[in-house]
Amino acid sequence: MGDVYKALADPTRRKILDELCKREGQTLFELCGRLVMTHGISSSRQAISQHLAVLEEVGLVVTERRGRSKLHWFNATPLQAIAERWSIPAERKKEP
Amino acid sequence: MRINMTSVLVSDQRKALRFYTEVLGFEKKRDIPLGEHAWLTVVSPEEPNGTELLLEPDSHPAVKPFKAAMAEDGIPWTSFAVADAQAEYERLLSEGVRFTQPPVDHGTAVTAVFDDTCGNLIQIAEERHPS
Repeated sequence: MGDVYKALADPTRRKILDELCKREGQTLFELCGRLVMTHGISSSRQAISQHLAVLEEVGLVVTERRGRSKLHWFNATPLQAIAERWSIPAERKKEP
Repeated sequence: MRINMTSVLVSDQRKALRFYTEVLGFEKKRDIPLGEHAWLTVVSPEEPNGTELLLEPDSHPAVKPFKAAMAEDGIPWTSFAVADAQAEYERLLSEGVRFTQPPVDHGTAVTAVFDDTCGNLIQIAEERHPS
């Protein structure tokens, strides 16, 4: 698995995840439309496609073919692994 | 000069004619046999003398990879105007049409994208004029 932190370091990639949280199973076309409309991000489809490839490589995005189209989903599993790694032990949470 | 015709490259002309007339609601305008294929056009009943849509065979070898790439990325080939995108979306869904994008409000327009069953994605767009 690639570097989740590096994948999240890019603001456009974080916006991509924001949009995929709003509606799951988007095509590249829909995602680009939403990025322009909501965030004024007018990167080329090729650039967004490359961002998606980075996110997919680290498991933050999963894709599936439906019919002839490729759809993209947000996957929180890598983030849960981060939260578990630095989770605060229960006994410390009780401290003031 | 004026634009009187546009085209969509279809995998099967007869199947396309059924979809574009029976499901979308266009009307057949010309159906002229040309050997293996036909000069086949449809028009909107709202504009019978308006722009014709040519249902053109996609048999050229260059077309297949092009259409596959467009469909993979969800990019529509063309766009049709509708008065109410949400209502049209629901009507077409009930006809069994598969959408790759449900209606999305872009502010100046509401758009949705569906599969024409002949290898293309088609957008419908409701334009919103500033009041």
